Amino acid sequence: MRFAVVQFPASNCDQDAIHAARILGHDADYVWHKDTSLNGADVVIIPGGFSYGDYLRTGAIARFSPVMQAVSEFAKNGGIVIGICNGFQILCEAGLLPGALIRNRSLQFRCEHVFLKTANYETPFTCRIPKNKILRIPIAHGEGCYYADPETIQKLKQQNRILFQYCDKDGNLTEQANPNGSLMNIAGICNETWNVAGMMPHPERACEKILGSEDGALIFHSIIYSLTEKQKKTGEKIQAGHK
Amino acid sequence: MKAKIIITPKKAVLDPQGKTVQGALEQMGYKGIRAVHVGKYIEIELDGNDRETARKQLDEACHRFLSNPVIEDYKLEIED
Repeated sequence: MRFAVVQFPASNCDQDAIHAARILGHDADYVWHKDTSLNGADVVIIPGGFSYGDYLRTGAIARFSPVMQAVSEFAKNGGIVIGICNGFQILCEAGLLPGALIRNRSLQFRCEHVFLKTANYETPFTCRIPKNKILRIPIAHGEGCYYADPETIQKLKQQNRILFQYCDKDGNLTEQANPNGSLMNIAGICNETWNVAGMMPHPERACEKILGSEDGALIFHSIIYSLTEKQKKTGEKIQAGHK
Repeated sequence: MKAKIIITPKKAVLDPQGKTVQGALEQMGYKGIRAVHVGKYIEIELDGNDRETARKQLDEACHRFLSNPVIEDYKLEIED
């Protein structure tokens, strides 16, 4: 599989994402924010960081960069896109995911490992996560409080589009386990067509034993597995720009 | 012409900055503060003098880019 990792000015988790994809045995290349093609990638990662200095709002300026046109088109054609941290904020700003990420309730920048409960195991992003496994994955953000109006939250719930929720080590969705004040302890969500996901925690920083957790790799394995199955079934590949 | 845009968090959205500033003001001894909302102020200098066209354009820009309608409200004023 081939991963494209989008680089904006002040992205800072792009190298982590490339590294994670490569150590898991896949090809990964950077795509510059001014590029208009994704070079035939199978998966697009919008990495974490502080794109465009977080000026105006997190992700507000990045969404209008040329590469985001290509990402939107890729997503519309069913391509797999995952936004991590600032990437999640960008996808929300771009309207590819509902809601918004606002300042943490505590006003603190939180940089620590958190526990995550998977709320839906039947998605391309979660299908290889063992049932009832509590993931341990790091976060590092100041604006990760997920907000959406009550109708949107209701819809996310009804359609099972919440992917991950902050929980304690036993899987309880407590207030204390919620590091940023997100509604319903939401840590990650998916779009209506199940091919675009966003999450505040960093799975790419949890793919090796030496980093203290390999749980993030389960999310990458899920993406690879679902893509492989899909390609086996349909025999075709979703094209991301030109090779 | 000059456009003045004030962006504030929607009432339903948690505003921890506002809450924290309110707490600090109260701690300093200022009385009678019911709520504090922290937002943004943007000033845009404009060429020409066609207010209506400017308003239409900036209204769109406010909606698409300068504010996020999911979490913010905005007020747009244009003056000479």
